[in-house]
Amino acid sequence: MSDALLEVSGITMRFGGLKAVDNLSFTLKKGQLGGLIGPNGAGKTTVFNMLTGVYRPTHGDVKLGGRSMVGLRPYQISHHGLTRTFQNIRLFKNLSVLNNVLIATHQHARTGLWAAVARNQAFRKEDREMRERALDLLKIFKLDGKADEQAGSLPYGQQRQLEIVRAMATQPKVILLDEPAAGMNHSETHSLMETIARIRQDFQLTVLLIEHDMKLVMGICENIVVLDHGVKIEEGAPERIRSSPKVIEAYLGVEEE
Amino acid sequence: MLKSLKAPVLSFLGFILIGVVLEFGFSAFIQITALFVLVNIILAMSLNLVNGTTGQFSLGHAGFMAVGAYVSAYSSQHWVPLPESLGFLNFIIYAVLAGLFAAFFGFLVGQPSLRLKGDYLAIVTLGFGEIIRVALLNMDFLGGARGIHAIPTLPEGWGLSRFMSQYLFGLFWTVTCFFVLWRIIHSSHGRALLSVREDEIAAEAMGVNTTSMKVRAFVIAAFFAGVAGAMSAHYVRYISPSSFGFLKSVDVVIMVVLGGMGSMTGAIFAAILVTLLPEVLRGLQDLTGVDLRMVIYSLALILVMILRPKGLFGEMELPDLWRRYVRRSS
Amino acid sequence: MQDFLQHVINGLSLGSIYALIALGYTMVYGILQMINFAHSDVYMVGAFASYYAAKWLGIENQPGLMTLATLLVVSMLVCSLLGLTIERLAYRPLRKAPKLNILITAIGVSLFLEYTGQIVFGADPKVFPEVVNDMVLADFGRLQLKSSDITVLIVSLISMVALQFLIHRTKVGRAMRAVSQNAAVAAMLGVNTDRIIAFTFVVGSSLAGVGSVLVGMKYPKIEPLMGMMIGLKAFVAAVLGGIGNITGAVLGGLIMGLSEEMVVAYLSSTYRDALAFGLLILILLFRPAGLLGRYQMEKV
Repeated sequence: MSDALLEVSGITMRFGGLKAVDNLSFTLKKGQLGGLIGPNGAGKTTVFNMLTGVYRPTHGDVKLGGRSMVGLRPYQISHHGLTRTFQNIRLFKNLSVLNNVLIATHQHARTGLWAAVARNQAFRKEDREMRERALDLLKIFKLDGKADEQAGSLPYGQQRQLEIVRAMATQPKVILLDEPAAGMNHSETHSLMETIARIRQDFQLTVLLIEHDMKLVMGICENIVVLDHGVKIEEGAPERIRSSPKVIEAYLGVEEE
Repeated sequence: MLKSLKAPVLSFLGFILIGVVLEFGFSAFIQITALFVLVNIILAMSLNLVNGTTGQFSLGHAGFMAVGAYVSAYSSQHWVPLPESLGFLNFIIYAVLAGLFAAFFGFLVGQPSLRLKGDYLAIVTLGFGEIIRVALLNMDFLGGARGIHAIPTLPEGWGLSRFMSQYLFGLFWTVTCFFVLWRIIHSSHGRALLSVREDEIAAEAMGVNTTSMKVRAFVIAAFFAGVAGAMSAHYVRYISPSSFGFLKSVDVVIMVVLGGMGSMTGAIFAAILVTLLPEVLRGLQDLTGVDLRMVIYSLALILVMILRPKGLFGEMELPDLWRRYVRRSS
Repeated sequence: MQDFLQHVINGLSLGSIYALIALGYTMVYGILQMINFAHSDVYMVGAFASYYAAKWLGIENQPGLMTLATLLVVSMLVCSLLGLTIERLAYRPLRKAPKLNILITAIGVSLFLEYTGQIVFGADPKVFPEVVNDMVLADFGRLQLKSSDITVLIVSLISMVALQFLIHRTKVGRAMRAVSQNAAVAAMLGVNTDRIIAFTFVVGSSLAGVGSVLVGMKYPKIEPLMGMMIGLKAFVAAVLGGIGNITGAVLGGLIMGLSEEMVVAYLSSTYRDALAFGLLILILLFRPAGLLGRYQMEKV
């Protein structure tokens, strides 16, 4: 288990009397691309909210590189190298595309307020470097041409891509993607998945992906956790998931409704 | 470092011209109004950092102004750090002290209350503002309800009239405030402040410590509110708790909203407008015999909110507006 | 002990007035999530309406139940009409605007009413007509039951019971609750939300009207800025009880009135106004949703 980067052990989230997630455990190895799937309302996003500190788990522990993240504020967890995108896109809509990315690099800024007020050499140099880095990242999705546009004015698909770029700008070790392909058509989804696979290589990222669509995840994920009604019902490689009767039942049960 | 001082120094020198025009061409009444334009510009720009840039609704700016005014007034009556020939600098020192005290209060108030959002934050800041006022009412060494009288004002000398040295004092702080805030807003820190306004949850996920950002904005704004309070104390030479009531805070909020939330030049424009409007409408009073100024003022406020909800400038700065105008007319 | 009981009675009567006004704040907040700053000035206009009505009808020196009823009706009518007008002209156009704009507009309306009031009614205080015969109903030495206090308690009690009935036992009350729960869903289910919002303003404003007559009776000096402080305190009472919560507003009002009376009686009257805000800050910092409110978690 020494190469486990993200260790989730027994996390539970209770809202009043309702258990949204119940005693969930899984691990992600460094460099792995994991998937978290399950029918609607299975508690996938709640898991992300617990991992990133938006909610504090009622029970259980989340360890990143051996350190417990439970009880830390979301920004601290981000500083430790765990970041995310949002299912219901949460860009800084009124700000430019470039500024969206720059904000994510702020945690690495070394010059302080005084430097900003004095506009000294160190500040100007850092500001220039930040912009260059941000533009480089935007190139991943060919968004660099739209750097000055308002983030909220981008088409839907590009907003999702910008969310990924923004998350990348925090220089994460682990990135959690919440339904990155939602609302995209087949070919868009396909190219998105290729890009995700590529950035994982290039940036040596560990990725955990929420997807509603099972087929899609099968193609690229190495380890898949299946959630139903907040409980893990299966975990393993795609082949195993595909042939699991429990998974089929959970999904078919939903689709028949 | 020297290079970065160029723009502030040049603008300071440039705006001296307005002072000269006022000195020779206008009455004492208009001169004091001009000084209050400077006070209000500082108040509006600083509150804009909290309300406009960071998106936190504070209704207690007058409280910090009061702290600054009292600190500066009190220390100018009891402490003269530099010899008389450098009298002007003494007042800068008082104002810095006033700002630091106000900033400290800003920290004390901001730390707990900035956990709240929206209306709740507005009400808590309003409450703190009122508490500061009531506390001052009950402090006998600060004059209680009577306030402080005969506050020293800026000295004449070096060939400067009293008005001119008052104007330079105000101009110094206005230019300082403008460049400090402008540079903060247009830096990585400023972007982090904006992210708090846009979406706190996303900002946190991107590693922005939203609480600390809010407190910082609050403290910086309180500093300049304190400085503005110091200025007004040395201009009017008399302060009492009633000068810093809830309505003063509302006035500043109105300037920020009227100018356009997040637009510094908008805040400046609105501060000028709001300060001058009642004076301009004074003529109307002579005509009708009743004081309709505040009625018109409040009505105008409602109409602007309904007809131009983003304020006069929106979120744009003056240069942006100018560029857009040029593009349209060409 | 008798002193203490006297303070309790005074506090309760003051508190029930706060409660009446707080109800207006809390109902509007519950349905629109806005602080109706102008509410306190609607209350002020109500006081002046009764003042002029009494003069016009020639009943300013004829205290009695008839006068009380007449003034209550006039004040409630004028206040509802004013509340309705404000909602229609100033707030409705801003229904989808940012919260800050709505708050500023409300402040604008408040300033407008205050300054217009100073011009129309004059800035100098007026003496409110005698509403009930001022007499001591029961005298226990240092504890006295005054007719005015009893009237205040009875009238506010009746108003609050009527409000409870309206909200929980009538169709329009059900619609009001639905809109405050979720306006969009209520609209989808066929509730005319605009109409319900307007109705809420009518109800809230007429309670302020009742409050204004009661205050005029207890403290017969009225002036255009009389709404400011009492409005702020009533608002604090609403927040204290949990804004949006009807029972909370009544509870908050009573706590507010009682504690204010006690501070003035046993500490110092200069701290009377600081108390309200101190209380408010403590509540918001330790229990932001108020005593009876529920805190809602933001959805991600």
